[in-house]
Amino acid sequence: MKNIRKELEKRILIIDGAMGTMIQRYKLQEADYRGERFAAWPSDLKGNNDLLSLTRPDIVDAIHREYLEAGADIIETNTFNAQRISLADYNMEPLAREINVAAAQIARKAADDFTVANPAKPRFVAGAIGPLNKTLSISPDVNNPGSRGLTWDEAVEAYTEQVDGLVTGGVDLLLIETIFDTLNAKAAIFAIKQYFTTTSRPELPIMISGTITDASGRTLSGQTLEAFYISVMHAAPLSIGLNCALGAAEMRSHIAELSQIAACYTSAYPNAGLPNAMGEYDEQPEQTAHFLEDWAKEGWVNIVGGCCGTTPDHIRHIAEHVSTFTPRPLPETETELA
Amino acid sequence: MTKIAPYLRLSGLESLVVRPEANFLNVGERTNVTGSKKFARLIRENNYEEALSVARQQVENGAQILDVNMDDALLDGVKAMTTFLNYLQSEPDIARIPIMIDSSKFEIIEAGLKCVQGKCIVNSISMKEGEEKFIREARICKLFGAAVVVMAFDEKGQADTFQRRIDICSRAYDILVNQVGFLPQDIIFDPNIFAVATGLEEHNNYAVDFIEATRVIKTRMPLVKVSGGVSNLSFSFRGNDHVREAMHSVFLFYAIKAGMDMGIVNAGQLVVYDEIEPALRQLCEDVIFNRNNDNNEATEKLIAFAETVKAKGKEQVKDESWRREPVETRLTHALINGITDYIDQDTEEARQKYPRPLDVIEGPLMDGMNVVGDLFGAGKMFLPQVVKSARVMKKSVAWLTPYIEEEKKNNPNAQQGSASRILLATVKGDVHDIGKNIVGVVLGCNGYDIIDLGVMVPADKILDTAQKEKVDIIGLSGLITPSLDEMVNVAHEMKRRGMEQPLLIGGATTSRMHTAVKIAPQYGNGVVHVLDASRSVTVAGSLLSAEQKPKFLNDTSSEYEKLRDDFNRKRTIKQYLPFEQAQQNKVAIDWKQYHPVKPSFLGTQQVELNDLSVLVPYIDWSPFFIAWELGGKFPDLLQDAVIGKEATKLFNDAKDLLQKVVMEKWLTGKGVVGFWKAQTNGRDTIELETAEGKVTLETLRQQIKKAAGQPNFSLADFIAPATSGVEDHLGAFSVTIQGIEAPLQRFQDDQDDYNKIMLQALADRLVEAFAEYLHEQTRKTYWGYADSEQLSNEALIKEEYMGIRPAPGYPACPDHTEKYKLFALLGGEEKTGIHLTESLAMYPAASVCGWYFAHPQSQYFGVGKIKPDQVEDYAARKKMTIEDIRKWLRPILEEEA
Repeated sequence: MKNIRKELEKRILIIDGAMGTMIQRYKLQEADYRGERFAAWPSDLKGNNDLLSLTRPDIVDAIHREYLEAGADIIETNTFNAQRISLADYNMEPLAREINVAAAQIARKAADDFTVANPAKPRFVAGAIGPLNKTLSISPDVNNPGSRGLTWDEAVEAYTEQVDGLVTGGVDLLLIETIFDTLNAKAAIFAIKQYFTTTSRPELPIMISGTITDASGRTLSGQTLEAFYISVMHAAPLSIGLNCALGAAEMRSHIAELSQIAACYTSAYPNAGLPNAMGEYDEQPEQTAHFLEDWAKEGWVNIVGGCCGTTPDHIRHIAEHVSTFTPRPLPETETELA
Repeated sequence: MTKIAPYLRLSGLESLVVRPEANFLNVGERTNVTGSKKFARLIRENNYEEALSVARQQVENGAQILDVNMDDALLDGVKAMTTFLNYLQSEPDIARIPIMIDSSKFEIIEAGLKCVQGKCIVNSISMKEGEEKFIREARICKLFGAAVVVMAFDEKGQADTFQRRIDICSRAYDILVNQVGFLPQDIIFDPNIFAVATGLEEHNNYAVDFIEATRVIKTRMPLVKVSGGVSNLSFSFRGNDHVREAMHSVFLFYAIKAGMDMGIVNAGQLVVYDEIEPALRQLCEDVIFNRNNDNNEATEKLIAFAETVKAKGKEQVKDESWRREPVETRLTHALINGITDYIDQDTEEARQKYPRPLDVIEGPLMDGMNVVGDLFGAGKMFLPQVVKSARVMKKSVAWLTPYIEEEKKNNPNAQQGSASRILLATVKGDVHDIGKNIVGVVLGCNGYDIIDLGVMVPADKILDTAQKEKVDIIGLSGLITPSLDEMVNVAHEMKRRGMEQPLLIGGATTSRMHTAVKIAPQYGNGVVHVLDASRSVTVAGSLLSAEQKPKFLNDTSSEYEKLRDDFNRKRTIKQYLPFEQAQQNKVAIDWKQYHPVKPSFLGTQQVELNDLSVLVPYIDWSPFFIAWELGGKFPDLLQDAVIGKEATKLFNDAKDLLQKVVMEKWLTGKGVVGFWKAQTNGRDTIELETAEGKVTLETLRQQIKKAAGQPNFSLADFIAPATSGVEDHLGAFSVTIQGIEAPLQRFQDDQDDYNKIMLQALADRLVEAFAEYLHEQTRKTYWGYADSEQLSNEALIKEEYMGIRPAPGYPACPDHTEKYKLFALLGGEEKTGIHLTESLAMYPAASVCGWYFAHPQSQYFGVGKIKPDQVEDYAARKKMTIEDIRKWLRPILEEEA
């Protein structure tokens, strides 16, 4: 694998766009999700996008290739919900590891094909680690603030299994993303660090991407941006950034702030605007690209791409627009008081 | 290049960066079962709610970090730590500061670390049981990202001399930094504060040794922090808080100078060094510095002094005790907490105390509202609380008003207040005013005199009033798109009249961009877009301050200049298709495969709802909370860490009022639904066959260049063309909620803005629910094309049903003037009970109308911008002049905003 840090010094890297939005275009039915293997599965499987890595690898592969074609340097594995806590919705807990291995392998193959075709532009695979569908900081019971829907140890166990699958499948990076509860992210960091210590495998770089949920400028669990960053700094991440919930217009000031306080590289992959009254994202590729170009010009970012509602077209425009700008230089981390 | 300094960084919900210039950090100590009997009792009794109040008091008294300790032999420490910290996370006013997890048992520390999202401090680890255990525990702390307090303790015991303190801390530093990989700034040493003046001579130098060791540690290891448990120092004076507090203050005064960064102290119980009586201060200094202390002389003197002073306990303010405070404090308390119970009697007491009734308003009431305004501005109060505060204020003012009038009569020259005046109005043609009312309340809370002209106010009336009443600021509000034009018109008129007041723009369809591009260029004396009610306060403040105003207007105008540039640059980027090409790229529907269902009747039918309880399950609550500026997804937002508590309160109030509205039948619903045979001309015109003859509807089509395989949508695409031979239909509906005026007036008369806004917001929710309900009836019965449909309310909100109900004026059919046809088809105003304004807003405001399309491929979309070729074609089809059409379609014309 080429060294991603070398590439980050040279240019702004592009991370891919939405997986879910692209899967929707296929208008898949229950039967597509089930395939032959799960034809008799007792619960409904439609909407279990992570399962497609097993039942429709062709689609997952095709989407990866569309994004690579559009210019993505980093593609995310189709594993946003692929740990046993979220998969419990489909009674598929035992499949967690297998799904991660398969998803990582599909992305690995696609990325490698593109790297071979153009070695000057190496492609990287980020193992996507989502936020879980339960939260460690917020009570599910309004009347009992002390209760929790899951325990720290359960979260660490689920994340460890996911990380094992992703690493085994061959990812280059681990991306903890769409963090709305920092404590969940801390469990993921704990799981990753512990995994590499106990297995003695070479440690992979961690990317961290939080989510500011609304105009309050805070995460869903109530932290300010700086408080969030301070809470995850110990991961010594390759990059820190923001994704989802906001469009680029709303994310701008937060990215500006982050670029000032982050000791590591910064990433940003906003949604294609805010959803319209119909819940659709209608920001056009040129518009998204225009915002991100502005951030590149300001010297705020090292990795950019898209989240919900973005498409290969968005990624292509973004890649074109930021290509002429130099990446944000890493700040100097001082070891003495001035 | 940006530099990242090596500061200790901690976090709760907010960050705490310990910069060198920072003051001493207070670590709150009362949430400690070994140090606070009350807290210990509450925890043992499982009374966690009450235990939180101990924590809250620490924060209110200025603690910047909260120490939590559950080391009690009778407690399950792991469980108590977990439960208390979980409770604490749901209290944003406490959880905002970082937590120090304090235990001598590492399993309790680990349990605590598993509960806190922010970066904590672990208190403590040490080499007491050897290096191996020290390293193992430090590694775990690092995995959780916690900073650590390291006790100056090794295998031989606690460091009790100057040299041992330094040796142990240096050794621990070396292990942590070089073996474990700790950052030096994440290490906090506790070099042991022990009791002095115990009578044992070997203890007399403890304070000096601590202070001197601190100085050396901070010189050798400049990035680390030094902390300590201060109350140990005065242990031999237990029971005499007066002396203890003096000793603590004197000790800290010198230890901080030597480099001590933080300490565990009772934040509410520190005296100011300068305010200690000189004799006591001198005695404390002698004891702490071990001066004049041969044969314990200084110690004896301090003990002798201690016996002369009575132990003065300080009174703790309890929640119920506010009634005993002076009337000013009570008024402030009532305002902040929204309590109306005693407001009349308190106001009367204040009126008798102050020379003139107006002094009560300008004195204690305004002071209280300023506190409310500050808390709101700082994000410490939320909108529903502020509106309740305003209710208290209004009630108090109402009590005083007759006396003020009386005084005016007797003394017409008496000066009557000097608050700045702000005029607010919803512009002509628009009836929406929930947002404007909220802005009025919030500004009113901040001491402004509000003149609210209500809704549908013509420009002349706004400007005449502004000039007559000499207002300081004019604020315009609007929700529907034609209101944007009216705002441009008001700005234009202001210039023509040579007015000077700044103009504020707000409301759901307004935007910074539109204000910058269209409104600001019309008027040179300040046009500012205000995003929401909370911003209105700072904006008004800046505009009314002589010093700030020029800079603020200057900044705003250069910001808008930049927006205009952006806008001009950006709009050239989009690519459009010629209209004819867009028409050819319409939605491909295979009409041969389509077998439409015939509606159960043709023509119209009325729907009357006297009992609104049927609508309650259909209510989509998320927009209700947005109206109150509490964003988020319902019901998750009820559990939000920051707004959850207020949102839940608001929701409970809303449900109570809704219950009354429904049970006591305050409101009724009225609706009309109709169906007609329909076909298209294969392009963008839909022809309806009605009893009175043919009616043609005109639709608009997306013209932006789409990705391959994506059609250019128009609503006409969802109706079968005449050439297909398919017999297709189109439906329409309008619904409204009636009867709101009387109860609104009642709330208004009762000075109750909170319930007034609440009722308006509920009526909006009810009419949307009515539309949802009627649409479901239509799908299942009236039209019946989806009679076996089974959808949850959540699925309905997500629009998972088949078919759509787009409304004229909204993104799929942005031309408001088609509403005339819709209303005519449904039988006019008498039948619908809805009146259309000249801007084609509907009155009552709680009204909804729309078309029904049944085809399974029909979907919501936005027309987006259109080019002049389509405008020309559309004008010809509608038999209107291009100029007229352009006026109505202005927001979607490509060549301008």
